[in-house]
Amino acid sequence: MNQLGLTVADLATLAPELTLLITAIVLTLIDLFLPENAKRHSIAFLALLGIATSIFFVSQAFGPEQVISILSTSYRVDDFANLMKLIILGGTALIILMSVGSLDKQQVVHKGEYYYLLLPAAIGAMIMVSSADLITLFVGLELLSITSYIMVGMNKKNARSAEAAFKYIVQGGIASAIILYGMTFLYGLSGSTNLAVIRDAISQNADAFGPMIYLSLFLMLAGLGFKIAAAPFHAWAPDVYQGSPSPIAAFLAVVSKAAAIALLFRIMLNVFFYVGSDTTFIYFDAMLAIQVLAAAAIIIGNVLALRQTNVKRLLAYSGVANAGYLLIPISANGFFNNFSELFFYLVAYLLMNIGIFAALMIVSQNNEDDEVNEELSAFSGLYYRSPWSAVATVLLVISLAGIPISAGFTGKMYILFGSIREQDYWLAAVMIAGSIISFFYYFGIIRQMFMRSNEQKAVFRSVPLQVVLWFCAILTLALGLYPNLVLEFVSSLFSVPEDLFFL
Amino acid sequence: MFENFPILSVITFSPLIGILILAFINRENGKWLRIVGIATTFIPLILTGILYSQFNKASSASQFTEHFTWLQFPLNLDGLRVESLTLEFNYSLGVDGFSLPLLLLTAFIVSMAAFASVNIKTRWKTFYILFLLLEIGILGVFLAKDLLMFFIFFELTLVPMFFLIGIWGYQNKERAANRFLIYNGLGSAIMLIAFLIIITTAGLTQVGDTANYIYTGSIDTIMQNLNDPNSYANTNVENNPSHLSEAMQTTVFIMLLIAFGIKLPIFPFHTWMLRVHAEAPPAVVMIHSGILLKMGAYGLVRFGVLLFPDHALNWAFVLAVLGAINIIYGAINAFSQSDFKLILAYSSISHMGIILIGLAAFNDIGFQGLIIQLISHGLISALMFLLVGSFYERTQTTAIDKLGGLAKAVPFMSAALLFAGMALLGLPSLSGFVGELLAFMALFEKYPIVTLISTLGIILAAAYVLRGVMKITFGPLDEQLQQQVKQDARLIEVIPMVSLMAFIILLGVYPSIVTDITQATVVDFLEQILSNGG
Repeated sequence: MNQLGLTVADLATLAPELTLLITAIVLTLIDLFLPENAKRHSIAFLALLGIATSIFFVSQAFGPEQVISILSTSYRVDDFANLMKLIILGGTALIILMSVGSLDKQQVVHKGEYYYLLLPAAIGAMIMVSSADLITLFVGLELLSITSYIMVGMNKKNARSAEAAFKYIVQGGIASAIILYGMTFLYGLSGSTNLAVIRDAISQNADAFGPMIYLSLFLMLAGLGFKIAAAPFHAWAPDVYQGSPSPIAAFLAVVSKAAAIALLFRIMLNVFFYVGSDTTFIYFDAMLAIQVLAAAAIIIGNVLALRQTNVKRLLAYSGVANAGYLLIPISANGFFNNFSELFFYLVAYLLMNIGIFAALMIVSQNNEDDEVNEELSAFSGLYYRSPWSAVATVLLVISLAGIPISAGFTGKMYILFGSIREQDYWLAAVMIAGSIISFFYYFGIIRQMFMRSNEQKAVFRSVPLQVVLWFCAILTLALGLYPNLVLEFVSSLFSVPEDLFFL
Repeated sequence: MFENFPILSVITFSPLIGILILAFINRENGKWLRIVGIATTFIPLILTGILYSQFNKASSASQFTEHFTWLQFPLNLDGLRVESLTLEFNYSLGVDGFSLPLLLLTAFIVSMAAFASVNIKTRWKTFYILFLLLEIGILGVFLAKDLLMFFIFFELTLVPMFFLIGIWGYQNKERAANRFLIYNGLGSAIMLIAFLIIITTAGLTQVGDTANYIYTGSIDTIMQNLNDPNSYANTNVENNPSHLSEAMQTTVFIMLLIAFGIKLPIFPFHTWMLRVHAEAPPAVVMIHSGILLKMGAYGLVRFGVLLFPDHALNWAFVLAVLGAINIIYGAINAFSQSDFKLILAYSSISHMGIILIGLAAFNDIGFQGLIIQLISHGLISALMFLLVGSFYERTQTTAIDKLGGLAKAVPFMSAALLFAGMALLGLPSLSGFVGELLAFMALFEKYPIVTLISTLGIILAAAYVLRGVMKITFGPLDEQLQQQVKQDARLIEVIPMVSLMAFIILLGVYPSIVTDITQATVVDFLEQILSNGG
């Protein structure tokens, strides 16, 4: 039944998103009534509580007997969406946790706003992964983007932060416009904004509409390429990461990227899947385009990361390369293992990236003054200053470099298996060459920690940061030893026809 | 004995005990850190000794095998008409006549290197932890019976080595560590792609008669599939993504040759190992030159040759020529070096060439020669670098121009150096001679000209060894040196020197201690290679 309005039953379906929305509103009010100079820790913990509740609601929605589709089939709650929501919520929770106690050091003045802007950003990401309609999809994308613009500029007194926010808003706005422009072609061709209707319309008329479908495809690919920071659309990432507070940089690197990747995955497999005819092979060209984008991101990201001395810029370029690895499963032809490959690597990427940002915050800040050193030299002599933090960081760096035993290795190996299984040997070669290049800069961090001495101040002591660091490091190792924890969970829930396609 | 006891796992992971104890010792407490570090290496040594006594020499099969499924990646079934499809990796260990000698060598050399690490003056705690981690990796490499297991253990040696070179090495240690990491990372990367190609084709197996299918990394299954004309890998029909075509097989073989050629190293992939030899601390070079290079030879035979025998046979001449190039190139360069460490590094390249010569012959004498050469070179180079470390500690240099006449100052060490030199140049009744003789004899029947050219390397070996050793031990003693060098070898240095010398003599006069274990396996290998490849 295609029902237009919102019913009470639909509200229950939307429970995870609504929980976050209500939490955000409550937090706004609390912030209003708290004295000006009070610590905002309570807000952070209430936000965490809200996310925990939301995760609970998501877990209740797992494995529905029938995919729930509401609001005139524009919003879907399937296991694809649920699994991606887990990543988004888990990532946001870790980011809130690592912000507690560090916001002063990151010179974020408006701490209340900081926390209740993170929640709408997460809602935006959740809408993106759940939408089955161009309009909801775009609303989610903009909700995420606009809150991100503000959060990047949170450090108001710093010119670099302001510059980053300005760059991000201008370039992000252009990217959104490009995506929207690409969508208009789809609407023009099909007369609908519903992805399933669009697929039926364009696959029947692939020959006639060919050029326009290509145009729409490439426009959307370029716009989403910007959002996931895949080369050659990555130029904003280093500047923005460098200018924004570290937890927000981690948010952009993990949550925003995951949501945009999920969106791309949906669109590619729903709108363009096997669209084409005997004369035009739109789907295969689309897959090839993504493969080329992935290869470019891997090569450019890894090569440019080599010369970075600022850790955040380095992580930005490493994020570009990782966007490339994440694109490979999307471009795999026909072999339907790609979702579990993508999901596993996303989990690994989330853990190691948030972990390494936590490590960076531990070494770049200190308890005595407000000085922040985010150059590579911040890691120097960490082994002497705090041996256990150094060990945790080594686990994370090894995972980032893709060396066993770590989740990063298993994830990359799984993706590699997929592309070799598909006989995309060149892509496998590019991917592995990129990993080798990345050894140079990842081991640069290890060199700083173990082979340089440092007379600097002691590292920043903060319980939440240590919790995040060790949580990520241990899970990275555990998933490397026993990846089935995640894989069996995914395989027990996910099935391509039910959870991915809008039949 | 050991029927239900996982002896191989215990051997592989026994260094973990030491790591755990070390973690709880204060990092300033150098004495105890050393004692625990050295003592721990004796656990695997004693256990492999027991293993040797229990090993059934008549059998060519893997013994003491352990097997359970470690990773199962459930693959998506939508659109496939099967009940289950999984990517499966096994925790699978086993030892046969080819891996047992190398296992014994590993346990022995690591213990000797642990003694040599008394030269290490700083950060003992981290040193011994990494040292023991490295041992786990090497032991695992020789025991793994699954492609992914092998790869993981192979990679496990990478990170500790990076630290061991980069922290405790000489002047240019960090560049050497980087070089090591990148070259070996590249080799591992090529190996991983080759392995995954094998797994996605020859690894596809039907479980019994059910509709359950697995992609497996198990070496035995893969070998079965490659030799079975009805397996998926050998079925050439349209739309069979698991078909491993002839061209693809050649590609995979070449990839494996390069991957292990970097480790061995085969010319021109050798530049990284020169730096490691020159910059790493002596204890680490003992392991590196003594064992890690052998992993390349082991992998080449175990995967390159045994999985693709027909390609290996076709490439026999290429292997022989590569071996000859290694021998001659290494020997000529060794002759022109002025740093004793680099003389030894080039001599390692030269001696690794002999392994390729033995392999290229593809007969049982050649194989026996190959294995003996692996063991013998492991022992000799370990002894050499042990001595280099001891000399360096006293003289602060390894440039042969600056050394001379040390026979007067340190007679025992000089005698040991002379002994090691004799072993290296292949003096009969020492181990180096046996391996060389067998390898050259084996190849002579097949490619006499290549063999004759390679034997030139032996003559050159005498020249460069004598040039280096004689200059260091005899001649006038420099006054400054006389002041510096006072103490001959201490007991802790004498123990490993004498043990290594004893085994070099034993292997030289009684090579059967190795050939007895390997005989059955070598015969079986050759049967497989010639029947499947012929």
